[in-house]
Amino acid sequence: MLKIGSLFFKSRLLLGTGKYPSFEIQKEAVVVSEAEILTFAVRRMNIFESSQPNFLEQLDTNQFKLLPNTAGAKTAEEAVRIAKLAKASGLCDMIKVEVIGCNRTLLPDPIETLKATEELVKEGFIVLPYTSDDVVLARKLQEAGCHAVMPGASPIGSGQGIINPVNLSFIIEQARVPVIVDAGIGSPADAALAMELGADGVLLNTAVSAAKDPVKMAKAMKLAIEAGRLGYEAGRMEKKRYAAASSPKEGMSIG
Amino acid sequence: MDVIVNGEWTQLPKNIGFVSELLKHFQIDNKVLVIEINGEILTSLEHQTTRISDKDKIEIVHFVGGG
Repeated sequence: MLKIGSLFFKSRLLLGTGKYPSFEIQKEAVVVSEAEILTFAVRRMNIFESSQPNFLEQLDTNQFKLLPNTAGAKTAEEAVRIAKLAKASGLCDMIKVEVIGCNRTLLPDPIETLKATEELVKEGFIVLPYTSDDVVLARKLQEAGCHAVMPGASPIGSGQGIINPVNLSFIIEQARVPVIVDAGIGSPADAALAMELGADGVLLNTAVSAAKDPVKMAKAMKLAIEAGRLGYEAGRMEKKRYAAASSPKEGMSIG
Repeated sequence: MDVIVNGEWTQLPKNIGFVSELLKHFQIDNKVLVIEINGEILTSLEHQTTRISDKDKIEIVHFVGGG
């Protein structure tokens, strides 16, 4: 089970809800992914076209935990405001802190992320900051009381996979809160690797929504994350430089 | 009464006094949304009891797809 704050989850896949080809495909992808946590963004409503369909309205919100993000925030203050807006919906008390510090790479602003995390922990939120794969920052976020750290594998939406598995494993080794690899996952192999490194979960969006068949990819990600987790728990064999025969050397009927 | 809704000056009919009436006016009273008036965030329970005044700055936000 994945435990975040006081909440328990069977699934270790957290799914984003952006950029799907259609609501129908998205709904089906959510179902087959078996994800229990779905991320959302908070935006102004177009009140003059309010009849436009909204994905959240098509979901049974009792079946999922909503993880709103603070995307769009450039400062801690903006992130805290978005978090409070999200919480006032009465639908959630988890928040993904996302404070972007660079428009081109969408990498997070470490200082503002830490400030926002400190403030939101004080306010009683369940706080999951999206961070770079910085080992020291991950520790400081943990000391600030966050309920999970979410290091990026590579830039958001890039699908480059895990660029720095060494840093990621350092973060995982020292963590006392769950580590959820967030952003940059491109393929099931990337997700499985994150889990084999010992991550507690994976948050992804574009890897599913931009796949040729998002529903099939949602299933693939679910299985990859389960396989990676099992592999981690099983403990992989040690790597050797040379071959070691699997069949016995004795009793060969040759020579 | 003139108010700023999501950054746009908007004229409201005279019979609108409370936030709940504003939501009915825009036909969004059955939507999942959050209202902020002049920087104060409201819970849904406060929609019935919070008055709207001339020149108020009103933000109406909701959840959209995102990662």
